[in-house]
Amino acid sequence: METPVVAVLMLVLLSGQSVTARVLTEVEPRNYDYTKYHPLPEITAWMKQIETENPEVVSSTVYGKSYENRDIAFLKIGLKSTENKKAIWMDCGIHAREWISPAFCQHFVKEILRTYKTDTKVGEMLKNLDFYITPVLNVDGYTYTWTDNTTRLWRKNRSPGTGGCNCTGTDLNRNYEAVWGTIGVSTNCCSIIYHGPEATSEAETKAVVDFVQSKSKDILCFLTIHSFGQMILFPYGHPNIKAPNYDELTEVVNAAAKAVKAVHGMDYVVGSLTEALYPAGGTSMDWARLVGIPYSFTFELRDKGVHGFVLPEDQIQPTCEEAYEGARSIITYVHDKAFYNAAASVTATLWTTVLASTLLALL
Amino acid sequence: MSRPLCALWVFMVLLGDRLASPYRPETEPLDPEPHEANSIVELEVPPELDGTMSDGELVPHHYPAQRAAKVVQHYLNTRHGSPYRWIELHRVNKASLEDLGQAGKKYYLEISLKEVISNTDLGQCSAEVLFSGEQDQGAPQVQCPCEGLQKLNTTAEEEALFQRLNSSATPLSGSNIPDSYGHIAPEMKPLWHLGAAAASFVMLKESNESTLYNMAQVANITQLETENGQLRFKYHVLLHDMISQEILHWKLLVSWSPAGGVSVLQTEGQPKPAESTPEDTAPTSAS
Repeated sequence: METPVVAVLMLVLLSGQSVTARVLTEVEPRNYDYTKYHPLPEITAWMKQIETENPEVVSSTVYGKSYENRDIAFLKIGLKSTENKKAIWMDCGIHAREWISPAFCQHFVKEILRTYKTDTKVGEMLKNLDFYITPVLNVDGYTYTWTDNTTRLWRKNRSPGTGGCNCTGTDLNRNYEAVWGTIGVSTNCCSIIYHGPEATSEAETKAVVDFVQSKSKDILCFLTIHSFGQMILFPYGHPNIKAPNYDELTEVVNAAAKAVKAVHGMDYVVGSLTEALYPAGGTSMDWARLVGIPYSFTFELRDKGVHGFVLPEDQIQPTCEEAYEGARSIITYVHDKAFYNAAASVTATLWTTVLASTLLALL
Repeated sequence: MSRPLCALWVFMVLLGDRLASPYRPETEPLDPEPHEANSIVELEVPPELDGTMSDGELVPHHYPAQRAAKVVQHYLNTRHGSPYRWIELHRVNKASLEDLGQAGKKYYLEISLKEVISNTDLGQCSAEVLFSGEQDQGAPQVQCPCEGLQKLNTTAEEEALFQRLNSSATPLSGSNIPDSYGHIAPEMKPLWHLGAAAASFVMLKESNESTLYNMAQVANITQLETENGQLRFKYHVLLHDMISQEILHWKLLVSWSPAGGVSVLQTEGQPKPAESTPEDTAPTSAS
């Protein structure tokens, strides 16, 4: 009679889950169309709805104000814990015209909330990590692109020029303190790649810098989402600087590109920013790496130029699906490296072998 | 082995398995000095060692080969682009660069191409792109004998479109193609592709090793009177250059017929603004 008891014991311990785990129905906001582009007020309302409907895992925080005094906010998603948790940072919409980027953050949030109770890996990652997701970083610029047909292709934020220069806007992804003002930028405030009067001059940059710096010891991975180009990039933007773990980063992005391609067959180019795209200083990705965050990546979503920034809405879902797998591949790698180191996985393999042979002996 | 001892053994093995699994080491950032923002502790690689492989061989997915390959795309669309034909660079498979000194830089490319509208794989093509060495650069010179293009037959649709637009009572006009949501009315799609083919003439002429052009949008199109058996249009197109990130406005006078192909009769536009070239601020020594 001990055999069934042993069998039950084995099943319980092997499953690794509490026998008393409750099975809850999936909760996602009703009537929100993830296959359409949404203006900022709708995204803000959606963020509130997500928080209200998932209070056990979601909270939102306003962590800065834009030049035009709009809220800059993230959704913090993760199982609540009394301990300090490691984190993943993701921001979308740093460049105003890249509408597919905020659409991706919304899709990503929806997916992890939809699957964390049924997908063991997602559930494990939400247990061990907190995700800080900013659906729209450049809130003023994004709002501006919704004004009319002539504003759709705006890129920068909306702060005024300084020092007698009369044009509007700083390129937020040239404004970070990371070889700022060296290459791939302009000192002319009328230029679309104007880097600002100085590093971290912009309110939107300060918001990210202040928060990320305060949590830099806990953030394992910094992901910043752009379009277009179909690329997954790692630091650096300066041609004279090479990340010491260049080979490891290459492997990580290669795996991510493979995961992307498996979804809809799309090719994403991978490499360092300066080699695969162009040299550029002052990017948030480089700054995050320099501040100590070990894994920092830029995604450039669809397409490769046929539509460019005005990606048709019927491509939102497939783009988000493939990018989700790419992001998930990177996050899983980072998570597993932090929570399952090499020694432990050897030990686990050893134990599993002993277990297997013991079970065979019992049969 | 007796049963109780057996059970105990299994229990201990399982316990050991549970204990071996999640392990939480202290994560150590690779950068040893997290508090010194902007202190560059990474390796410095001399410029001549990064990017290029030996004997002028280029990494196909890095930007020098990609930019040269895009020029081939523009070239092919000036010759083969139409309301029903749009050629896109699919992949760069192999690339090398020959420095010809004063004569310029010559890129040798093996690329794969796709016709986007019919989703036809055009197979592999060899191409050569020569960027002039002179200050006042002319258009890059492209050679691309690509047999795959023979496959494309769009005569029927082109004739139908030509007849429809030639005999229509009201001249065609439109704006914001695609619109902000990426949407294009089905009857405007051929005119969008025609605009892109016409824009390719400008994109080809304006291309150099520091540009990567795509047409961002047709701001406006107006049909003019047919002349010499060619439909004529006034186009206002927006071009995007990836390297400067700028949007450039060009006005084009375009003529087209199925037999004659696309011609650009007049252009009026803004070449890339000098002030926003990436080489605007020369890199100082890393600090």
